[in-house]
Amino acid sequence: MDEQLVRVEHLRVELESSGIQIDDDVSLSLNCGEVLGLVGESGSGKTTAAGSLLAYQRRGARIAAGKVLLKGRDVLSFSPRELRTTRGDVIAYVPQDPSMSLNPALRIHTQLLEVLEEHGFGNSSGDREERLRDMMDEVLLPGDVDFLNRYPHQLSGGQQQRVVVAMAFACRPAVIVLDEPTTGLDVTTQAHILETIRRLLAQYGVSAVYVTHDLAVIATVADRVAVMYAGRLVETGSRQQIFSKPVHPYTRKLLSAVPDVKARTMPQGIPGVAPRPGHRPAGCAFSDRCDQVVDRCRHEVPPMEQVAIGQHAACWRWADLVSCSQRTGEGSLCRWLRPTKQGGGLLELTDVSAWHGRRQTLDNVELAVRSGECLALVGESGSGKTTLARCIVGLHKGRVEGTITFGGQVLGGMARKRPRRTRQAIQYIFQSPYSSLNPRKTVAQLLGQPLKIFFDLRPQEMERRMVEALAQVALDGSVMGCYPDQISGGERQRVAIARALCAQPALLICDEVTSSLDVSVQATIVEVLSRLIDETGVAVVFVTHHLALVRAIAQEVVVMSDGRIVEAGTTEQVLGSPQADYTRHLLADTPRIPQ
Amino acid sequence: MTDGKIPPFSAAAGRVPAGRTSDQVAESILGETAAVRRPKQWATILRDTWSYGRTKVGVGLFAFILLLAVLGPAVSPHSPTQFVGAPFASPSHAALLGTDNLGRDVLARVLWGGWSVVSLAAVATAIGMALGVTLGLIAGYASVWLDEIVMRLGDVILAFPTIVFVLLLVSIEGPKVWLIVLAVGIGHAPRVARVARGATLEVAQNEYVESTEAIGVSRGRILFGEILPNITSPLLVEFALRMSYSVGIIAALSFLGFGIQPPNADWGLMINENRIALSAQPYAVFIPVLLIATLTIAVNFAADGLSRAIVGIERETGA
Repeated sequence: MDEQLVRVEHLRVELESSGIQIDDDVSLSLNCGEVLGLVGESGSGKTTAAGSLLAYQRRGARIAAGKVLLKGRDVLSFSPRELRTTRGDVIAYVPQDPSMSLNPALRIHTQLLEVLEEHGFGNSSGDREERLRDMMDEVLLPGDVDFLNRYPHQLSGGQQQRVVVAMAFACRPAVIVLDEPTTGLDVTTQAHILETIRRLLAQYGVSAVYVTHDLAVIATVADRVAVMYAGRLVETGSRQQIFSKPVHPYTRKLLSAVPDVKARTMPQGIPGVAPRPGHRPAGCAFSDRCDQVVDRCRHEVPPMEQVAIGQHAACWRWADLVSCSQRTGEGSLCRWLRPTKQGGGLLELTDVSAWHGRRQTLDNVELAVRSGECLALVGESGSGKTTLARCIVGLHKGRVEGTITFGGQVLGGMARKRPRRTRQAIQYIFQSPYSSLNPRKTVAQLLGQPLKIFFDLRPQEMERRMVEALAQVALDGSVMGCYPDQISGGERQRVAIARALCAQPALLICDEVTSSLDVSVQATIVEVLSRLIDETGVAVVFVTHHLALVRAIAQEVVVMSDGRIVEAGTTEQVLGSPQADYTRHLLADTPRIPQ
Repeated sequence: MTDGKIPPFSAAAGRVPAGRTSDQVAESILGETAAVRRPKQWATILRDTWSYGRTKVGVGLFAFILLLAVLGPAVSPHSPTQFVGAPFASPSHAALLGTDNLGRDVLARVLWGGWSVVSLAAVATAIGMALGVTLGLIAGYASVWLDEIVMRLGDVILAFPTIVFVLLLVSIEGPKVWLIVLAVGIGHAPRVARVARGATLEVAQNEYVESTEAIGVSRGRILFGEILPNITSPLLVEFALRMSYSVGIIAALSFLGFGIQPPNADWGLMINENRIALSAQPYAVFIPVLLIATLTIAVNFAADGLSRAIVGIERETGA
């Protein structure tokens, strides 16, 4: 047992006021030098569980039962003083958003030094300064005075996260808890940060718990993987086991929901939503969404049982599942592999340039979209892909030059100045359904807006069209009376799509529509969009930074960088045999699950 | 929801084979609708507001003053201008709270004199809110130069203390009720506009505002249909605050002789008329003072409860 550095036993975390459990019966172990990947969708309790390793809980939550043994001692019984010395010294934490975790009012030099001073590293300030330079070297940041004197906002997101990583490794801790450290970063930056983290972990033999919702990232860093669902562990095993021989139905479905840059089939969404704390069903929490469900699942919570050496799963039917095929049935083929009917040219951009104030964000962009086609616009943040999308729909507030023709007609400036027919034909779907739906309006009111503006309809006809639009995005008419905060994120995004459909558009512009959603929901949205193109012949411009999604939905791809188009062609050409260096790097940096 | 029920999770959520119809897809995915139907946000805020003791005290006191002001004239034993005894007489059977400087019944004047304070303050606040909210919405959503013009004009009014501003207008036109109400309203407007503008700036950044711009909803509709419903919380707090200031200013104006004119009854006026005999007949001064103070405190308590409920919502996840 000496080998086990951290052991979590039957951890239970609940809300202080109501006693609703956030995490229940979570047992984990972490060996020396091992990286444990903790995977789960939002609300699965993974961050809460990870925080418990540092005996930390956010306000309102409380660790109600269980033990967290760090080198054989229960962290939960530590005095505040002991905790202070343990945190950072023995066990360190890297939070998700570096822009929120660095103090904006202090220079990074001050903040880095603080960690060393706090834990009494070295004997003199000279020692500490030296260690500080080493730390900067380790995370590949310049250690010169000029850089160290900067404030966090003067650093890029990637640099900020490197600083936080340096702080975590500062006192050479034994364990590091990484809570989604690369979420929100570009793929290239993510790849670099992951590389740095991997190297440091190996170099110092540090163990780590890596919390993320991204299975592809887990596949590149973790030795062992623990999958969480609704506050409980559902499966644990080696990376190899989880990715090639998953047993629990949830793990299997989650794996087939992840899009892949090489795959030939569409990612498959998981129907339903993960139950939130306080609304979890009795028995197995996944029973409501599981296709292997039996009666027993609904009444009794399945225990973790060994299904193979080193692999455990919490499922009553594991014995049946172990023997049958490892993945759920094949989904439909990716769009670019399927014959699709394409019409004539619909949208054409010639020499389009755009500015944000004085800064040029688009430089002579040319592209064309045919009806019935899905064109993916790919690039990292700052590549100008969103600016381009906003220029097309007329929401860009800066200077725009060049011509945008739509259906043979030249489009002018802002949306407000455009004729009603054009505004109707081009519909825009925003990135976050949490901010694109007015919280004070019901779904029916939201859907009614475009109908009222573009058509003159009787109330019954309005209602009929709303129900029809909702059906197209696989929603029931019963959501019409709901306010946006009464439905889930995936449902919200589908309402946003339905709202666009109410206008009966010829062109849909989807701006990162899945990036704020869970993997399983993301797959559902892609499915809905793909079916819409087939059924209605609408053209789609799919703006994304996620190459694997492109593969699933688009026939044509345009890759952008620094406001220019670096490569364009069919999905097969661009992703299969990329010509531009930039595209090749992007592809190489996209994490993949081994097939 | 048509039937007010949550659709059940789809029992066997197996994947429907390719080529399925929209209806089938709908059925298989509908499980997602299982999010909890929370009550509307407004109901939550009001419930939280009411849960504070101060709100109950504030609303209770306000209701008391309002009843006194509205029903007072109906239950008054005398007319407010009727002479019932010698000036500054102590309480007696004829005049329960004694008489004032001209020998009129203090109780009757108290019962008759509340309505002017409450109603004028309410109307002035309403005018200030309407003006301020409109200007604030426009300033917060419009182009930068229009924003500058509106807000700098507001600063000019802000440079005067409201009471001085009102006195300035009244000294030109004379103590007209409509002028006082309008002047107090205008004095409030820039302060309200600041709050409304700040909230508008924040809300206007939301994509739902852009999404209505993209389909060509008119600016007026966006301001009043999209943005206004989302900034009501801070405005409501501002309304209650402005109301308490209005009460103070209106009463002060009456005291100074620029408000309600004699022989009409008014709490502010009563204080002025009777202050010379404060030691001989304290009721004639203290009762109006007490009532005005109570009104202001009541409104402040209610406003405080409301703002606490709005700012301090600590919703637990899933609870």
